[in-house]
Amino acid sequence: METKAVIKNRTGVQINLKQYGMMIALVVIFVIFTMLSLGKNASAMNINNLVMQNSYVVILAVGMLLCIITGNVDLSVGSVVAFTGAACAIFVLDYGMPIFPAFLLILVGGLIVGMWQGVFIAKLHVPPFIVTLANMLIFRGLTMSILKGQTKGPLPDAYTQVGAGYLPTFYIHFGNSKLDLVAVLAGIIGSLLIIYGEFRGIANKKKYNFQTPPLWQTTVKLVIIVAILNFFTLKLAAYNGLPFVLTIMLALILIYTFICSKMVVGRQIYAVGGNAKAAKLSGIKTDKVMFWVYANMGMLCALAGIVLSARNASATPKAGDGFELDAIASCYIGGASAYGGTGTIIGSVVGALIMGVLNNGMSLIGWSVDMQKVVKGLVLLGAVTVDLISKQKNK
Amino acid sequence: MSDILLEMRHITKEFSGVKALDDVNLVVKRGEIHALCGENGAGKSTLMNVLSGVYPFGDYSGEIIYKGEECQFRDIRDSERKGIVIIHQELALSPYMSIAENVFLGNEVTSQKGVIDWDKTQAKAIEILQKVGLENESVDILVSELGVGKQQLVEIAKALAKKVELLILDEPTASLNDEDSKKLLGIMLSLKEQGITCIMISHKLNEISYVADSITVIRDGHTIETLDKSMDEISEDRIIKGMVGRELTNRYPARESHIGDVIFEVKHWNVFHPEDPHRQVVRDVSFSVRQGEVVGFAGLMGAGRTELAMSIFGRAYGSKISGEIYKNGKQLHLHSVKDAIDNGIAYVSEDRKNLGLISINDIKWNMTLASMDRDRFSNKNVINANEEILAAEEYRRKINIKCMSIEQPVSSLSGGNQQKVVLAKWMMSEPEVLLMDEPTRGIDVGAKYEIYSIINDLAGAGKAIVVISSEMPELLGICDRVYVINEGEIAGELQKEELSQELIMKKIMAHIGREKD
Repeated sequence: METKAVIKNRTGVQINLKQYGMMIALVVIFVIFTMLSLGKNASAMNINNLVMQNSYVVILAVGMLLCIITGNVDLSVGSVVAFTGAACAIFVLDYGMPIFPAFLLILVGGLIVGMWQGVFIAKLHVPPFIVTLANMLIFRGLTMSILKGQTKGPLPDAYTQVGAGYLPTFYIHFGNSKLDLVAVLAGIIGSLLIIYGEFRGIANKKKYNFQTPPLWQTTVKLVIIVAILNFFTLKLAAYNGLPFVLTIMLALILIYTFICSKMVVGRQIYAVGGNAKAAKLSGIKTDKVMFWVYANMGMLCALAGIVLSARNASATPKAGDGFELDAIASCYIGGASAYGGTGTIIGSVVGALIMGVLNNGMSLIGWSVDMQKVVKGLVLLGAVTVDLISKQKNK
Repeated sequence: MSDILLEMRHITKEFSGVKALDDVNLVVKRGEIHALCGENGAGKSTLMNVLSGVYPFGDYSGEIIYKGEECQFRDIRDSERKGIVIIHQELALSPYMSIAENVFLGNEVTSQKGVIDWDKTQAKAIEILQKVGLENESVDILVSELGVGKQQLVEIAKALAKKVELLILDEPTASLNDEDSKKLLGIMLSLKEQGITCIMISHKLNEISYVADSITVIRDGHTIETLDKSMDEISEDRIIKGMVGRELTNRYPARESHIGDVIFEVKHWNVFHPEDPHRQVVRDVSFSVRQGEVVGFAGLMGAGRTELAMSIFGRAYGSKISGEIYKNGKQLHLHSVKDAIDNGIAYVSEDRKNLGLISINDIKWNMTLASMDRDRFSNKNVINANEEILAAEEYRRKINIKCMSIEQPVSSLSGGNQQKVVLAKWMMSEPEVLLMDEPTRGIDVGAKYEIYSIINDLAGAGKAIVVISSEMPELLGICDRVYVINEGEIAGELQKEELSQELIMKKIMAHIGREKD
């Protein structure tokens, strides 16, 4: 019988309740912590911290989602983040390399690390779990060895800008407070673009004579999205303006959402995860898809490595420890299936933010790190269980 | 009335408001083989799931009276305790365990509490295997080393180990070849002599009329009628009439052949097994297909027909492949499936679940899977989702796919409709040559007719079509010409006028005989 989770009409508009469910959960968790922390949670500074603290998890979750769609995971992520961050710091500090060439070199290096894993996975058909587990050990060891067990730092200002810097600001002052016009403007322009995009999609559907969702639905959806967006940018405007990593995150989310939902390669990744044999017999080069999914993950690890070392202003041998698990958990909380074939970028990002808001909120109300782990574990278990049960019921 | 073993009265079962079974009645006599017939989705499997406790008491309405008492099964174990065992279409064997271990899986022979007595297990297993005609197999070999036919027999042995009185078989011969099927039916008859009652769900009408004592026909969740071999005259046409509610005067739609020039030709094709490079699977095969022609590949199971088709389809199977492929007189060099698709060749797999469909994805994604990079659906790698919807809707109407929406996951469709989705996928790739491997396997009579009509339309549009089928009447019904294939070689070629089942079998037998010389 028809599944309830996907209510649809002939238009191709899918209302995925689960995905909206997680977004609502995110808002609810945020509001709960706002109350528990007496508003500290929603302060301008804390919103800013949320973005900064979670940037690398979001970056990694985007890449991890592709691995998870193929039905696999990448366990080497944390170690590769540490390794690329360490290598970048060494290039800049010990070899005096200019910063941007160093970044570029590290991104290419990350890609090569991913390709190295891709060769074993796609060409030699070694299970990804084993390949990435091995590389988790290899790159952690290499990191310690090139850093000689010590922290490398401090990194120059131009470097740390990537992780801890802000876009140019233009403040207007009133009374005690100030507001960055650039951030405010970004919020407004973003809102306009979202509204334009939505209506263009509808116009396109009308052109094809497809049914379109009722106007009130679109309006409600847009009002909520625009409100959240502007709440967010206003808070940032009241602090230091737009963090530089935010632009990186946004760019990644947009690019990868486009790849996953609109491009042939994206469809091929879903097809490989859904049924690799059927995909192969439909002309999809499954090995090639697997290879590039892992190569891409390597490159995003390098990006996260740069951002993390920049934010810490140093590279440490222990950096990135456990990041792979955060990224994997984000994807699952965001609705990706452990069996492969399903999942969305936006879902994983929401998943990452849920974890981030939980972490941050629990710290603010003074819960110990031990308890935080317990709660995060329970959230992961709960989210996936609820998802599975709702799917079974719908069968 | 003591000879009635089972009576199911007024069974009604709903799935989220839709009645899958509506006031169904079934009476099974002790010691008979009772066949359940009906189109896919008619409710046969649902009825059996109600009986075996897959849907627990309270989930349905109506009563089950077994051996004179009313039963309320909460789960399968409950019904098994009473001697009712169901064998599903998908076998429930553990491939890396031995036959003996499988036979007593979940029902282990124990000496003390929880300690398995392996000697006793062996002895009992040997005893049971004799009853199902597996006396020549060692009880210690792994189930994965057996063919599907023998695995099916192990399933039956497993049921016997549970002291079965009422054995339910859901399409037991669906994945078996003629020989194995015959053997299985023989076992069923011998079980009947030992007093075991059987309910069998099957699409194969010839088998039903061969073994069944009575037949209950179900259509759209209702019992239509029960036929008794001793009283009614049971013929295939009679059963079909009950199943589809109308007389299918001709099971194969008529087609006027407009055969043109040879457009597809394979010469001296050789293929070796992918894992065992010394084993030749296809040996020096040459064949040709004309425009608008439907060519059949007949043969026993394991004759190498699937391997032949898949190796042609961009080397999707095999190793050390040699030979030449020509299309419209031009030689093709196909190194990948993509090459084959781009050159206008399509292969419809025999295994639609594992090789044909991505079952979690929706209808439209499955349909466009093989032609996503065509101009119609994408521009510079960016998919045009709206064109995708239009195309999927177009094919849904064109080949009459019964679904609520093209955004429904294909797993929720019946077998016949799933097969139509696979066909739509390959029609969208606009091939000139279609290799169809068992295009009607496991689907009901009505859907088969529709698939044949699609094949006719494709031939009418000038495509060259190859149909691989293990059902000889099907080849006789739809083909213009048939190649008989045996052990990877062409054993003969028959024109439409001379086609007959006997002649096909003769060619196969002659070929087998020739090899022995």
